[in-house]
Amino acid sequence: MAIDILIAEDEPSILESLDFILRRAGWNVSAVTDGDSVLEAVRRLRPRLVLLDVMLPKRSGFDVLKQIRASAELAAVPVLILTAKGQQQDRRTAEELGADGFVTKPYANADVVGAVRALLGDIGGAA
Amino acid sequence: MLSADFVIATAVGYVGLLFVLAFFGDRRARANTKSFLHSPAVYTLSISVYCTSWTFYGAVGNAARSGLEFLTIYLGPTLVFVGWWFLLRRLVRISHDQRITSLADLLSSRFGKSNRLAVLVTCIAVIGIAPYIALQLKAVTSSIQAVAGSSEFGQGSLAGIDDVGLAFGIAAAMALFTILFGTRHVDAKEQHHGVVAAIAFEAVVKLAALLGVGIFVVYVGGGLEPIFRRAAEMGVSAPTENSFGDRWVTTLVLSVAAIVCLPRQFQVTVVENSDESHLRVAGWAFPAYMLLMSLFILPIAVFGLTVMPAGSNPDMFALTLPMFYGQSPLALLAFIGGFSSATSMIILESIALSIMVSNHIIMPLVLRFSSGQPSADGQGVSHLLLVARRVSIILILSLGFFYFFFTRDSNALAPIGLISFTAIAQFFPAVLAALFWRDASLKGATAAIAAGFVIWVWCSFLPSFESVSPQVAMLVQHGPWGIAWLRPEALFGLDRLDPLSHAAFWSLTINVVTLTVVSLLTKQSALERIQSTLFVDVFRRGAAQRGNFVRGSATANDLFFVAERVLGERRAAALFETAAREIGVDPDMLEPSPAFIGKLERELAGSIGAASAHVMLSKVVSGSDVSLEEMMQMADETQQVIEYSQQLEKTSAELRSTAQKLEDANTQLRELDSQKDEFLSQVSHEVRTPMTSIRSFSEILLDPQGIDDVQRQHFVSTIHQESLRLTRLLDEILDLSALERGERSWENRPVDAEAALERALQVCDALLRQRDMRVEQGPRAGCTMVEGDADRLCQVFINLISNAVKYNNATKAVLRVTSSVRAGSYVVEIADNGPGIPKSERTLIFEKFSRGQHGASDQSGAGLGLAISRQIIARMNGTLDLVPSPLGGACFRVRLPVVGAG
Repeated sequence: MAIDILIAEDEPSILESLDFILRRAGWNVSAVTDGDSVLEAVRRLRPRLVLLDVMLPKRSGFDVLKQIRASAELAAVPVLILTAKGQQQDRRTAEELGADGFVTKPYANADVVGAVRALLGDIGGAA
Repeated sequence: MLSADFVIATAVGYVGLLFVLAFFGDRRARANTKSFLHSPAVYTLSISVYCTSWTFYGAVGNAARSGLEFLTIYLGPTLVFVGWWFLLRRLVRISHDQRITSLADLLSSRFGKSNRLAVLVTCIAVIGIAPYIALQLKAVTSSIQAVAGSSEFGQGSLAGIDDVGLAFGIAAAMALFTILFGTRHVDAKEQHHGVVAAIAFEAVVKLAALLGVGIFVVYVGGGLEPIFRRAAEMGVSAPTENSFGDRWVTTLVLSVAAIVCLPRQFQVTVVENSDESHLRVAGWAFPAYMLLMSLFILPIAVFGLTVMPAGSNPDMFALTLPMFYGQSPLALLAFIGGFSSATSMIILESIALSIMVSNHIIMPLVLRFSSGQPSADGQGVSHLLLVARRVSIILILSLGFFYFFFTRDSNALAPIGLISFTAIAQFFPAVLAALFWRDASLKGATAAIAAGFVIWVWCSFLPSFESVSPQVAMLVQHGPWGIAWLRPEALFGLDRLDPLSHAAFWSLTINVVTLTVVSLLTKQSALERIQSTLFVDVFRRGAAQRGNFVRGSATANDLFFVAERVLGERRAAALFETAAREIGVDPDMLEPSPAFIGKLERELAGSIGAASAHVMLSKVVSGSDVSLEEMMQMADETQQVIEYSQQLEKTSAELRSTAQKLEDANTQLRELDSQKDEFLSQVSHEVRTPMTSIRSFSEILLDPQGIDDVQRQHFVSTIHQESLRLTRLLDEILDLSALERGERSWENRPVDAEAALERALQVCDALLRQRDMRVEQGPRAGCTMVEGDADRLCQVFINLISNAVKYNNATKAVLRVTSSVRAGSYVVEIADNGPGIPKSERTLIFEKFSRGQHGASDQSGAGLGLAISRQIIARMNGTLDLVPSPLGGACFRVRLPVVGAG
């Protein structure tokens, strides 16, 4: 089963909520909980989109984004940045590094689904 | 046989000769500047005007009364002239540079061209010299009377005329003579070549006369040795017991001062000097002259005491001895010699004094009361000056005569001279200071001279009237109102010195002390500073070519107008033509340069004194011009501005440093502000995380499609837990914030720390067991009391233990807890064998929101635990530190002071 979305989020309850709403919207979801595991997971799972938290243990989300964009093989994957710090600076950093979208915590579930849907160009697998 | 008539006739004839001499001498000197009249010989002879009739007659009398004391009167000047390089050369150079015309002018010029000082000096000189002039009158009178009294025949037409009448006649004649001699014209340098020629001639005459008498005495007495032997046989000898006592020292000092400060000596030595190198010759020739003068004084005195009838006036021995032996021509020569001594002194002294009086008293008054310009009458200032001088001469001789009149009954000549010497010596400290002491100030000099003069009047001048006034005698005896310590001859109880030494001691001591103290306490004016430099550094600079005025609107015409009035048309024109030639322009086109105005001032100063010249030129030049003083004032103001701006600079430096401090404070504030931002951002992050879960799950529950009951239950419980987490976070933030403000939510009281530690271990027991962590019990302190709060202390221990558990990912996790009491402190160490804390994080772990990066499987904490723990321990006056762990992981050490321990 192809993975639609890889979630990189260290807060268990947030990860659980994201997993729930995205699955309910019809996508296949997989997750990692630290920065170091993201790249390997993207390579292995080939998700259609990465939902990336900025404040990850071991390696920050920006760092991970940089690595993804630097890798010829992975550069094309859309990345949606997820952060609690809704400041302008973070948004700009994310855009400069090639983020495709930006979602601020606390988010409205519909916003997350909408952003993912916009990037994936479909309405979700099941729904 | 000599008669008074004959003697007087001879004297008049002699004076006539002098006048002719002076007249032709003047002509010759003007026609030919290389004439012998400009020779060092004439200069030296003129200086010997020092030897007055006091020397001629009085020294013999003095020798007869006091032995060798008379020598000091010559020794002092000898010292000065032998050491001329030190003092006189300086004096002469300065006086030439500055066109000094008198001692008063010298002091006035040095002390900021102060006319007040000049007036003071002039007045004191006039009063102080009066006894000296009286002395000459007395000597001449006595000598004529000696001739007259020698026989009935000698009386001649003098019969019926008393000594007062005689003295008056002499004084009047002298006044006339001096006016004819000394005030024929006004010279820029106040040089009187004719007079000097006559004085030099008189010097030869008096030396010849005294030597003649001396040789005659030796001849009659059969040689020097028989004279003294016979005197010894007769029991006559000059007293010697007191020769080298205080009086000896006093007269030495006074004569040193006198040779410099006596107005006539200043006139001949300094003002009449036309060539500095003449001093070189005078340096040995003048002492030699005095040696010759004093050679026969002792033999004459001793011989006179031996052969003359008892009761003869020893002062007149030089005259009466030849008469006694019937040697009329020699007696006449002696008389003429004595007369020469007296006349030369009177002429020069009154000329010198009249210059001072007219330049420093009369001219300034005229300048003050004339409105700006000198009187426009044809003769101008020059004429006025001559009149002023003539009046001055009459005044001065009158004073001398009155002094003579009041003290005529006093017998000896020498003491009178010494009274004058003491008065004149009051100038000496100021003169020395003027030449050598840069800081001597006008106020110092004025006060010193005035104080010295007052003491002199009280201690020396007043007592000289003792024999003629019973009141004065009473005063001398008992002091004013019977105050003994104010007695004129025993001031402040000093009664061991003789009156002369006493007066000299007190007046000069107070003079010098006043000069020193007042000078040190007062500030020099700008002009004083300039003049003091010109004087003190006279040999360090080149010729003083300073312009005393800056260039101004004064035209050459204005200046010529002034110069003409003072110097006369011819000299003024010559001066302007020379100046014009020097810069190569037509005299009519001459632009007065500062140098020229300065030169003109000096020329004018030569005629009317430095102060008057300065005032006079200031009046002309100051139209839109600025005088030197004003320049200096401006300079002073500039200086003030500079100082002010320096102050400003200092102030602005202070401002800068204040601004710097403010900036630092601002940086600090910004730093704090950014820390606050950082804190808020951290808080925001920590708050948003649970908020995110709560919001997300709430939204899921609001749209309940596809959620079973189990899920619903789970989501609600998550929301609940996240809410608790949020509450806990906010509590922690508030707690930490209060702790950081130094607040304490508890009372420090003695608690058993060991019990708190034990309780913490029990609370954490479940957690430890859950992680399968072994607790290694190290040595324990047992019950130990510390100041604090049991719950809070327990909270800290729980925090430390749970950290050790949470961050420990070792397979065989170990926790080691030890406690002990060391040096009055209760010390707990909680160590683990976890990954430890990397060096880079060691300083950060106590910061807010700082969480270890490694092995944090449970990240529910906000990272405030250690920060709060550290604050709590600090509030209990203890410390919480990270120390090396015995187990290789982290080790936290809590240290708290034990209650009651030192």
